[in-house]
Amino acid sequence: MITRRFALAAASLAAMVYAGAAAAQTPVTIGAIEILTGPNNKYGVAIKNGFDLALEEVNKAGGVLGAPLAIAYEDSAGNKDQALNAARQLIGGKKVPLILGPTLSNEMFAVGPIAVERKIPIVGTSTTANGITAIGPYVFRTSLPESDVVPVTLRTAKEKLGVKKVAVMYGNDDAFTKSGYDVMKAAIEKLGLETVTTETFGGKDTDFSAQLTKIKSLNPDAIVVSALVEAGAGILLAKKALGIPDSVRVIGGNGLNSPQVPLVAREAADGTLVGSPWFIDKPDAANQKFVADYKAKYNMDPDQFAAQAYDTLFIVAQAIKDAGAPNAEKIRDALGKVKHNGVMGPFSFTPDRDPADTSGVVVIEMKGGKFQILK
Amino acid sequence: MFAQQLVNGLVVGSTYALFALGFTLMFGVLGVINLTYGFYLSVGAFLALFATQHGVSIWLALPLAALASGCVAVLIDGLLLTPLRRAKAPELASLMVTLGATLLLYSLANAALSTDIRRFPPGVIDANALEIAGIRITMTQCLIIAAAGIIVSVLLWVMNGARIGLGLRALAERPDAAALMGVNAGALVRLVSLASGTLAGASGVLIGLNYNAIQPYMGEVMMLKGFAVIILGGLGDIRGALVAGLVVGMLETLTAGYVASSWKDAVGFVLLVLTLWIRPSGLFGRLAVKRA
Repeated sequence: MITRRFALAAASLAAMVYAGAAAAQTPVTIGAIEILTGPNNKYGVAIKNGFDLALEEVNKAGGVLGAPLAIAYEDSAGNKDQALNAARQLIGGKKVPLILGPTLSNEMFAVGPIAVERKIPIVGTSTTANGITAIGPYVFRTSLPESDVVPVTLRTAKEKLGVKKVAVMYGNDDAFTKSGYDVMKAAIEKLGLETVTTETFGGKDTDFSAQLTKIKSLNPDAIVVSALVEAGAGILLAKKALGIPDSVRVIGGNGLNSPQVPLVAREAADGTLVGSPWFIDKPDAANQKFVADYKAKYNMDPDQFAAQAYDTLFIVAQAIKDAGAPNAEKIRDALGKVKHNGVMGPFSFTPDRDPADTSGVVVIEMKGGKFQILK
Repeated sequence: MFAQQLVNGLVVGSTYALFALGFTLMFGVLGVINLTYGFYLSVGAFLALFATQHGVSIWLALPLAALASGCVAVLIDGLLLTPLRRAKAPELASLMVTLGATLLLYSLANAALSTDIRRFPPGVIDANALEIAGIRITMTQCLIIAAAGIIVSVLLWVMNGARIGLGLRALAERPDAAALMGVNAGALVRLVSLASGTLAGASGVLIGLNYNAIQPYMGEVMMLKGFAVIILGGLGDIRGALVAGLVVGMLETLTAGYVASSWKDAVGFVLLVLTLWIRPSGLFGRLAVKRA
């Protein structure tokens, strides 16, 4: 009897010890708010895939602070209010020391102020609008804003293709295409390029023949276009129909960096030049490994959003390690100092918590319906 | 460059005219502003798209898709507006019903087809531009200009020369009296719906071919311009729709080419406001005068 009772006690003691060991193994949980359902969920899902892939690698390499790292996902469905509730839940309920996301800039404008108020660092991986990090000292972003990408594209066109005279076209009834134009205009002036004319169009326009006929008569070396996919493809088609030579390249912003463009414009899209913070065929080893692992795990090609998320998780994990404790304030200070070399290229934060380095930007051109790196 | 801009303007103007013809016919004879009109343009474009994707030649797909859009127009008119006509509901009622129907139809199309832009398969029509004395024009653009001219001639002949046109004009003038005189009002209403729906469908196919962009809301985009054109031309006036379409298209193009492209969209609406101020019946409007 005694031995039996002893055995029971020993067993329960062992169970307690084991539970204690598991407690030391309690994962460090950070929060993430992404669009996982609804019409824009392809962005959120790609981001989640990127995080999860990086998370696996981080934990395989020993995790952080002697414990595995974990991500508590909340779905915003692309809705500001839902994103706000998710942030309250993560901060108040799950007590996370850091939040990843949200997916859209306007969600960040809603959620950012809460994070700042509660002093929890929040890291956007896909929020490219102006003024994101100005929300407050706890708001970081790892995605390069368009204002950093476009100047690289134009500089490359000037250096590699000898572009000197440009015509500019932009959609003047849309905040995105207008702000893209402002960036282009500033970059054109800075590079000392000559603007022969600036033409506008409406985002729903289908006819661009008048503007392009005028542009044709002015003989520019390239046409710089700030447009979304619909108008951008229409411009490419009209350019070809009007017989503007193929040597006159269309140089686009983020709006033309879309696989939809060649689907609509087909061969008229060839020669289109855009800059991208990341590109699937980047030849470096880190990127090749990421693409192969991603394909193996998810059975599809990664996109820019997945790549940005993948890098971001390593940056955040490094910051948690450097902080030495899952403490929001310490993680924030450590984030500002992280240097990471990822699939997007070398990365660090500016004092204003934006990405500091644009050397990872790749300029790509359309050829035969596919983007490839401009040689 | 000037000659090219004139051709550009002619193409854009013919596009507007094509779209406005069916719209103005519907208004002129049936006396309703049918906001679902733009939807038939999208229907035509999508039906022709699906047909050509299954290997049907565009020359067959164009008339079939146009006729099918006409049938959709007859169906929708029969479901929504015939009961109102029977009940002698005020004009505002039909406007509201078609407004609601438009929102519903576009949402359904959007849900079923998504807003992705599509285009006709390669090679359905020769896409290479002809170059004549430095002016470039594509096959589709020639087709649009020709179609606008031919359709206007046929409509004018039917309305003024054929017996059925007499019935239509009688119906437009006074539906009750026309019915008493032995005009089969119901059949004529369906005929007009069929004709205008067919016109909308045909212009949808041609516009889709020319701009290579087919998406559910393409008809909605044309509606505002369509309004400007039919008011400028005179509500219900066929010749007016053609002339006003060409005027608006030409002025828009020349404004973008020689003044500033940011003013281009203002042109149509400045003309609209001026028309309503100076000559509310439009360039050729007689029916509207009678209605007022």
